[in-house]
Amino acid sequence: MKNEFQVIAELIKKDKKVLDVGCGDGILMEFLKNNKNTNIRGLEISKNKVQECIAKGLTVIEGNAEKDLKQFPDKSFEYVVLSQTLQAFLNPELVINELLRVGKKAIVTIPNFGYWRVRLHLLIKGTMPITKTLPDEWYNTPNIHMCSIKDFFYFAKSRDIKIFKSLAISNQNVSIINDSNLTIKNFFADLGIFLIEK
Amino acid sequence: MNAENNIKTLIVKKPLKLDCGKTINEFPIAYETYGSLNEKKDNAILVFHALTGDQFVTGQNPITKKDGWWSYAVGPHKAIDTKKYFVICANVIGGCMGSFGPSHEDPNTGTAFGTNFPVITINDMVNAQYNLLDHFGIDKLFSIAGGSMGGMQVLQFISNFPDKAKTVIPIACTSSHSAQNIAFNELGRQAIAADSNWKDGDYSSKNTVPNKGLAVARMAAHITYLSKKGLQEKFGRKLQEREDLKFGFDADFQIESYLRYQGSVFVDRFDANSYLYITRAMDYFDLAKQYKGNLSDAFRATRAKFFIISFTSDWLYPTQENKDIVIALNSIGADVGFVEIESDKGHDSFLLDVPDFLSALKNFLDKSYTEN
Repeated sequence: MKNEFQVIAELIKKDKKVLDVGCGDGILMEFLKNNKNTNIRGLEISKNKVQECIAKGLTVIEGNAEKDLKQFPDKSFEYVVLSQTLQAFLNPELVINELLRVGKKAIVTIPNFGYWRVRLHLLIKGTMPITKTLPDEWYNTPNIHMCSIKDFFYFAKSRDIKIFKSLAISNQNVSIINDSNLTIKNFFADLGIFLIEK
Repeated sequence: MNAENNIKTLIVKKPLKLDCGKTINEFPIAYETYGSLNEKKDNAILVFHALTGDQFVTGQNPITKKDGWWSYAVGPHKAIDTKKYFVICANVIGGCMGSFGPSHEDPNTGTAFGTNFPVITINDMVNAQYNLLDHFGIDKLFSIAGGSMGGMQVLQFISNFPDKAKTVIPIACTSSHSAQNIAFNELGRQAIAADSNWKDGDYSSKNTVPNKGLAVARMAAHITYLSKKGLQEKFGRKLQEREDLKFGFDADFQIESYLRYQGSVFVDRFDANSYLYITRAMDYFDLAKQYKGNLSDAFRATRAKFFIISFTSDWLYPTQENKDIVIALNSIGADVGFVEIESDKGHDSFLLDVPDFLSALKNFLDKSYTEN
């Protein structure tokens, strides 16, 4: 399982109700189900991925986060997880609001556009950055709303969203982000993980 | 020939009060089973059939000599694996394969009930079939499953008996019959009534059969079970055993010939009055209305695990109507999974060889059973 999922799993307490938005093939769900005994549900847009989840015995609803989160009642999950998909939505702010409405807490991870390799790529090559976490070309990328760790940090502050914990992942190393090291983490981390609440 | 010999029947002694207000006593429920009930009696699956189905789910139907209606999904090592599970299916009341229905003799007149048979509902159907649990000594079913009207029975069953099934699989169905659904059913009923042999439902004592009306009803309904794309791909404008148009009203096109054939074989196995009664039961189905307009309340008492399946090309019970059930369940935090299967085969997809559907069904059942 990838490092990111291990970090997410560590943020989730045992025996809680969790919704994994954009759960993919259910790797994280399966891990949480087996190791944290969580009552876990998934929402996934791809039919093939939904089938993979069913084959793993996971409870998944085929659907779209922008349209289908509204069917869940307020605070009906302890945690709602959104892994590396915020940037793919037409309206990320709306999705964040929905995550925080449905979940008591939300865990959001973002590929960091402030990462030095991304900056360097654009600076030197002058073309849209392609990295391990951002592998697509500009014309076929699903990522239409890229942001940096710093952007997300400022966004949360401006919307009165409480950040309980923010973590940076760079080269498999996990470290805590705070106000004083924000600029450095924003430079060296390729992924940001935020535990938030409203 | 004695077809009755091939039909297992449970005579229900307990009186059943129907939604129409009448009570029926000592009535027969015809059923069939596949596989065997294990010692713990925790491997039973109650399957509900659709409008024109019957209790003969799989293998050869002993009456029609054709394959059972869900042969693709049910059988040894299939999606509903009869090596593992004990599958029970009953003919609905109002039907014509041995369960209490309009072709049965009315003791007051000595002739068939015909339209004197009480109007029945989906609720009456599942209440009647519930008696099979007592008959087999099953406290809790592992699963209930069915497509189309079978799916409606699944929803009604779990709402009536919330702790009697662990898993619940409504397929290609709705919680409330739409105006379009009612309209198509009315078309079929009027086709039957327009046949002069129908005799206001009293055809059996007059030794006639409204086959033409019933065949037209079936032809119209059959179109609603397929998709435009499916029809176009299979038939297009292909001609039936001729080089050119004949400038007449014979079946020039293959699709015409196909529908006529479907109509003609249907009348051999189905009773016209049963068709009226069962379509009526479907039209009356509105689960939300039974709970003062709140569909979620129908499921509030159950802890069962739901798995809802729809098909992309099903325009009779479209995905949105299936999703409405998912939404009602999510709004009360029920355990519900949902998938829409890609298929060109229309509403009939659930009866056909649609691998994605069959594997989803199998995986859901087998994984849920292991977690038991």
